[in-house]
Amino acid sequence: MRSTLTRLLLTCIALSLAVPAFAADTIKIGFNIPLTGDIPEVGEGSKNAAEMYLADINGAGGLEVGGKKYMLEFIYMDNESKAESAVNAALKLIEQEEVVAIIGPNSSKQAVPGGGTANDNRVPMISPWSTNPDTTKDRPWVFRAAFLDPFQGPVVADFAAKKFGAKTAAVIFDISNDYSKGLAEIFKSSWEAKGLGPVVAFESHGTKDQDFSAQLTTIIADKPDFIFVPDNYNQVALIVQQARDLGYKGPFMGSDAWGTPDLIKLCGEQCYGQYFSTHYAAAGAKGATKVFIDRYMKKYGAEPADYAALTWDSIGLLVEGIKNAGKVESNPRKMRKAIRDGLAAIKSFDGITGSSKFDKEGDPIKCAVVVKISDEGKFVFEESVCP
Amino acid sequence: MDFIIQNVLNALQWGSFYALIALGYTLVYGVLRLINFAHGDIFMVGAYIAFFVSGFLLGPVIGLSPAMAFAVTVPLTMALTSLVGVTLERIAYRPLRRKGAHRLYVVITALMCGLILEYSNLAVLGASRLKFPELIEKQIWHLGGVTLTNLKVLVIATAIVVFLFLQWVVTRTRVGMAMRAISYDKFAIPLMGIPSDNIIVFTFILGSGFAGLAGLLFAMSYPVLEPFMGMLIGWKAFIAAVVGGIGDIKGAFVGGFLLGFIEVGVVTVFPSTYRDLFAFTILLLILWMKPTGLFGMPQSTKI
Repeated sequence: MRSTLTRLLLTCIALSLAVPAFAADTIKIGFNIPLTGDIPEVGEGSKNAAEMYLADINGAGGLEVGGKKYMLEFIYMDNESKAESAVNAALKLIEQEEVVAIIGPNSSKQAVPGGGTANDNRVPMISPWSTNPDTTKDRPWVFRAAFLDPFQGPVVADFAAKKFGAKTAAVIFDISNDYSKGLAEIFKSSWEAKGLGPVVAFESHGTKDQDFSAQLTTIIADKPDFIFVPDNYNQVALIVQQARDLGYKGPFMGSDAWGTPDLIKLCGEQCYGQYFSTHYAAAGAKGATKVFIDRYMKKYGAEPADYAALTWDSIGLLVEGIKNAGKVESNPRKMRKAIRDGLAAIKSFDGITGSSKFDKEGDPIKCAVVVKISDEGKFVFEESVCP
Repeated sequence: MDFIIQNVLNALQWGSFYALIALGYTLVYGVLRLINFAHGDIFMVGAYIAFFVSGFLLGPVIGLSPAMAFAVTVPLTMALTSLVGVTLERIAYRPLRRKGAHRLYVVITALMCGLILEYSNLAVLGASRLKFPELIEKQIWHLGGVTLTNLKVLVIATAIVVFLFLQWVVTRTRVGMAMRAISYDKFAIPLMGIPSDNIIVFTFILGSGFAGLAGLLFAMSYPVLEPFMGMLIGWKAFIAAVVGGIGDIKGAFVGGFLLGFIEVGVVTVFPSTYRDLFAFTILLLILWMKPTGLFGMPQSTKI
């Protein structure tokens, strides 16, 4: 009796040990993306791009690493556009799903805490869309596909000074969002460094706020030449409308968080004619970028926004990292280490959002574009700024 | 000076929404001694109902002009939203009341109903935000350095009219007398031949109907809709109602505007992070000095 039990137990253990060995034919990659919450559009776009990439690789029989083909498996985890949920989603991916790498979170608000979790648990992570320096700072396991705010801030300042002939600026930003706050501060110092004039108003609001009339009244009373709004698209729509209602007639300038089709849906004509800095412009794209946009349009019936393109590039980077690793380990911990080293070895990368070189921190050095929202609600290329 | 007047107008608009929602809390509490925590979400449902009703009226099937659509949307939204409120009362609160459940359980049920409304909305319509159509052509008036829109005037005027109407209903009509009577003694009232269930349903119709109106006006003023839009504003309006003295119509009205003024005033002077800190510290001080709220009376007839 006892021996039967022992044998049964042993079989069980042997079976459970054997499972990872079978699983070694697939490479599990986690996605920590906002499918609900404040910016569901961003999670949706990322997922769409990822599904396209996955179909490409697995349709071709898998990803070839060290002479053997491996299928990819993508696991999408919703972080509800919240900082604390991003940490939970990362932990779930790492501990329960045992993924070997994580793509996302997109927004810096989730990517800064999510990056901390990935780094502490020694899992390579690539954030497609995060521009806040803190996401990758002193975190050898965290990488990104987007340019950084210390670059974006001066791009916005230079463009506004040239285009609007502005002397004074005002800023309204979301103080509980790392992305918005960081970019607002960088913009302020780079505007003041230009010596044209002061930032006359520097007003903040909270993420769930819907009424901005008090802040905008203060801003308008200071008569700025333009208002910089480094905010998520849902708040941009409310801010622009309320500023117009309060009698503001000047231009607005936005940042890369504006670049979603939902901005036009929510903001409508009131956003036409405004400018924002971003990662790429879909209208007038060429080469591989054009191919990607056309395929995406055909499959999902909408133009891919920058985060979709950046997610595509992030997966590209990860695939490059896995190839650099040279072989697939069945032990997720060893595999994670190999992928991290493979990612760190990438010196330059040609993606659909432009080519980039990587600095010591693992951050890409790449060009930004400024787009204008046309009278048809399209994002039209205005100019490109390279470091 | 213009700056101050402008901010007073901003506060009046923002306070109007708190006041309209707080009135709903206070009505139900006044009659049933029930804190209807789902009220903020009924407000949210009202905004969504207004979205679909106006979308339908403006759409190709009916094709009304925006002004006509607005005129029809107001009563339709109020009617449909009060239907939601009455349904909640019927399926969630009344069975518990019949079984004589303690008030605590009814409050928890209300909280759950609110969450159910939020998440069923999320499940059915998805997380993507909706853009509310423009129903009345916006006019921006410049009076000296002060800017005013017709919508702002409409919102403030509505809050005042609704307050006066409810005050009249409660103090001057027979139904109002019955409402006050239930609040006074809910066991003796049926014995007097007053149909207390009908009166309670009427209370929910009033409260939810005006929450629907608030939702419609809110969606017109801040035309981005999301499933959780009613949560925070609902809680804050509840606090406003408590500070005003919950159960008292005047208290809800004054409390709502008070909170609006404090919030806008703090943001005008300090960074926005201090807003809730200051606002609720001030409200706490008021309760500390007057625990029953500004107009509340300890354990007597409410409403």
